Amino acid sequence: MHRAFKIFTLLACLILIFPISESQSQQDIRLGINSLSKGGFSQVADKVAQLSRTGDIKLVPVFEALAEGNLYTRKADEIVFMGKEGGNVLHLTDAVTGAPAGEGTKVDFERIKVNNNLRRAVRTAIGALTLLSPDREVRFQAANSVFSSPSEDALELLESAIQSERDVIVKTVMEQARAAALVKSDRSVAEKRAAVKILSQRGDRNALAILSATQTSAEGELRTDIDNAIKELQTAQALWDAGQNVWYGLSLGSVLLLAAIGLAITFGVMGIINMAHGEMVMLGAYTTFIVQEIIRSSYPGLFDWSLIIALPIAFGVTGLIGLIIERGIIRFLYGRPLETLLATWGVSLMLQQGVRSIFGPSNREVGNPSWMSGGFELGGMTLTYNRMWIVVFSAGVFVMLLFLLKRSRFGLQMRAVTQNRRMASSMGIKTPWVDAFTFALGSGIAGIAGVALSQIDNVSPNLGQSYIIDSFMVVVFGGVGNLWGTLVGALSLGIVNKLLEPYTGAVLGKILILVLIILFIQRRPRGLFALKGRAVET
Amino acid sequence: MNIKARITGALLAGMLSATALQGAFAAEDTIKVGILHSLSGTMAISETTLKDAMLMLIDEQNKKGGILGKKIEAVVVDPASDWPLFAEKARDLIEKDKVTAVFGCWTSVSRKSVLPVFKELDNLLFYPVQYEGEESERNVFYTGAAPNQQAIPAVDYLAANEGVERWVLAGTDYVYPRTTNKILEAYLKAKGVAAEDIMVSYTPFGHKDWQTIVSDIKKFGSAGKKTAVVSTINGDANVPFYKELGNQGIKAEDIPVVAFSVGEEELAGLDTKPLVGHLAAWNYFQSVDTPANAEFIKTWKAYTKNEKRVTNDPMEAHYIGFNMWVKAVEAAGTTQPDKVIDSIVGVSVPNLSGGYSTMMPNHHITKPVLIGEIQSDGQFETVFETPGLVVGDEWSDYLPDSKELISDWRKPMSCGNFNVATGKCGGKGS
Repeated sequence: MHRAFKIFTLLACLILIFPISESQSQQDIRLGINSLSKGGFSQVADKVAQLSRTGDIKLVPVFEALAEGNLYTRKADEIVFMGKEGGNVLHLTDAVTGAPAGEGTKVDFERIKVNNNLRRAVRTAIGALTLLSPDREVRFQAANSVFSSPSEDALELLESAIQSERDVIVKTVMEQARAAALVKSDRSVAEKRAAVKILSQRGDRNALAILSATQTSAEGELRTDIDNAIKELQTAQALWDAGQNVWYGLSLGSVLLLAAIGLAITFGVMGIINMAHGEMVMLGAYTTFIVQEIIRSSYPGLFDWSLIIALPIAFGVTGLIGLIIERGIIRFLYGRPLETLLATWGVSLMLQQGVRSIFGPSNREVGNPSWMSGGFELGGMTLTYNRMWIVVFSAGVFVMLLFLLKRSRFGLQMRAVTQNRRMASSMGIKTPWVDAFTFALGSGIAGIAGVALSQIDNVSPNLGQSYIIDSFMVVVFGGVGNLWGTLVGALSLGIVNKLLEPYTGAVLGKILILVLIILFIQRRPRGLFALKGRAVET
Repeated sequence: MNIKARITGALLAGMLSATALQGAFAAEDTIKVGILHSLSGTMAISETTLKDAMLMLIDEQNKKGGILGKKIEAVVVDPASDWPLFAEKARDLIEKDKVTAVFGCWTSVSRKSVLPVFKELDNLLFYPVQYEGEESERNVFYTGAAPNQQAIPAVDYLAANEGVERWVLAGTDYVYPRTTNKILEAYLKAKGVAAEDIMVSYTPFGHKDWQTIVSDIKKFGSAGKKTAVVSTINGDANVPFYKELGNQGIKAEDIPVVAFSVGEEELAGLDTKPLVGHLAAWNYFQSVDTPANAEFIKTWKAYTKNEKRVTNDPMEAHYIGFNMWVKAVEAAGTTQPDKVIDSIVGVSVPNLSGGYSTMMPNHHITKPVLIGEIQSDGQFETVFETPGLVVGDEWSDYLPDSKELISDWRKPMSCGNFNVATGKCGGKGS
């Protein structure tokens, strides 16, 4: 194989030097590639399968380009090129040699269209072509893609690949891929039974899918084997599902916690019914958007850091706006909850419409940094990175806030003011400023929540509205004035919601949660963790 | 104090001059057209674009000399995504502003809310959005798709080209998804799909946490049969839905999602790389390669002064509807709604996908159906197009209640729900 590879490289070099004298096989491949421009999707898919049988690894970049829609036909002579778009021009690459082939204007070329079927065929073809690649990572990918679209044609190739494979992990996947292809083929029952065993050891949902697909056509001992394997996999999966639901609950709970924790300060500690709380979250999200726009246009290399850069800025921006709102409006309304409610509601409408006039009514795209996209498998569960980081982040915010309230001078003053304003004042604390900064702190925390929520939600002027009710629900349920109550409230609402959802559906689940909260508040009007003592009564 | 007085003075002056201007406009004899789209609230995201599109169309028509020798004047109102307010604003438009036709509404509930007003005051409504069907009114022209112009061809495509045998019908919990899914379920069962191969799931408006549903879809899809999701998920909820699909590693090659409410506008707020290959069914895509469409996009970008603005299907519906109205008014020689209702049936105007759309006697129009796959640049690549035009079918043939009903607003029948079994005009079940 190595020799063959060397010969190919040599050939490729020769072609670079003498572009006119192509060998016979090279010409065949060129003809094959050029023929990709004709026919419907299924015909092209057939041609891809045919081409891949040549085993020529030079086809891999061509196929990759095809799958990504980067393969173009020159209209004049129907020659196929790989192309990269750049404005109105195409940067062309020769499909066979991979050498640059100049530029062309877009109008002279036609893109070869792809659909899902074709993409699948290409994926299988690439998998088959790269099974013997010298790069371990490429072989691993190849084995996985052969596994996900198993076909009898690949069996012999897989067997020879397994023989030469040294890496244990790659070998296992290859064997699983072989098993997946084998159960569909017309090989002997004994071989199939061995394959069923290998598949059931894999133990995930893909294995279950392959086994269920073959279940109906199997007979006798093989049938009982498959039935048993499916039963086993399903029991294991049910356990993982339960774990998965709890995780989903935790994740929903942490989102609720993030949205509510700022309100736990402004409403919980200060007692201000702040209807503009959601808009602070929204402004935090828009700050992230602006930061990302600047990074995209000026410092594209920093994109993965955009969220971390946005955090302090969002805190500053929303904190400042909070400060202005408190100094400008709310301080005149202390002790008049109804007026505060109306005034802050007005502020929220103004902020919404303001953002709508500046940024437009449609959603703004906030990108996910690479460490926030995708997910990984943990046994039978899928954990997605964005949810996982949000759980970590909200835990971090909670701990920091707790520390600030319980261990810092500002936290002490804040608690003193809320517990006994006159006493605190006579001790020399400037109570109006403590009020202002407490409100700013709550707003700032809402802002950094917006940075995190921009990763899972729409960034639009309506972003805040959708959180305000949930936030109040969490704070009231957890017990006003108690951070731990907010934590427990958010997590328990999240988990109960997610445990109900598989049985009741999303709509009824939400209704049930509301009913449960109403009943609970009837029994305990002060929430889960009620503050006790004289301060509460005043 | 002085400054305050000055500001008030300036404001007053401004207001006065504005009214003066308006007065001048009204004095010059114009034909008024109402635009009833939400410019604030949750639907603003979709409807603001349609308002802009209408203003552009009117502007273009005025450049061509208006209609019947008069200029067209747009009267824009904001019903603020508030359904009862739609009815009030519609009444204002017709009674106070004396408009001759109204272009507007997006959600079905807003259309249902204004219906009685249009019937009572006998005016015209052009409704540009795909909807659930099961309606045909004398005063309403449905320029968006009926279920047979969108949902059913999409399902056919998936069954034929992707070999789909198992179906997830996922939708937002309101009238359009519920009716569409009812029709689809009946249709699939009629085609021999077993009940256990159909999963139906509804979510509230603006649903954000899709983890459970996406993992349910994954589970449902691992039964060894090719599975697809038919999505009638509306508006904002789509963004977190597609994000979750991408993050949980569901690729279009494995479980494709075909959506009926996701267009270029919705994709604009999304990183589309993980979505490549998911599908949408519409009657128009911005990527449609025709001279008419290229011209339309150019005018749109110039009008909005924004190179990044996208066009979408409901905009094309307004383009068709507005041109039909212009043609019908010219044929009738008057803007009087009764006359226009009679003259508009049979009117054909070019659509943007290279053909002609015709207003049918049931007040629905003929359209081609396009299936497109999402590309990495946020546009759709057409992978399938119906060979001919499809006539909008107002009463679904797959629902027991409505399969006997037809609609024909030409005289002498003039009936929106004629029952062919009983031979009477009179709606469902009678």
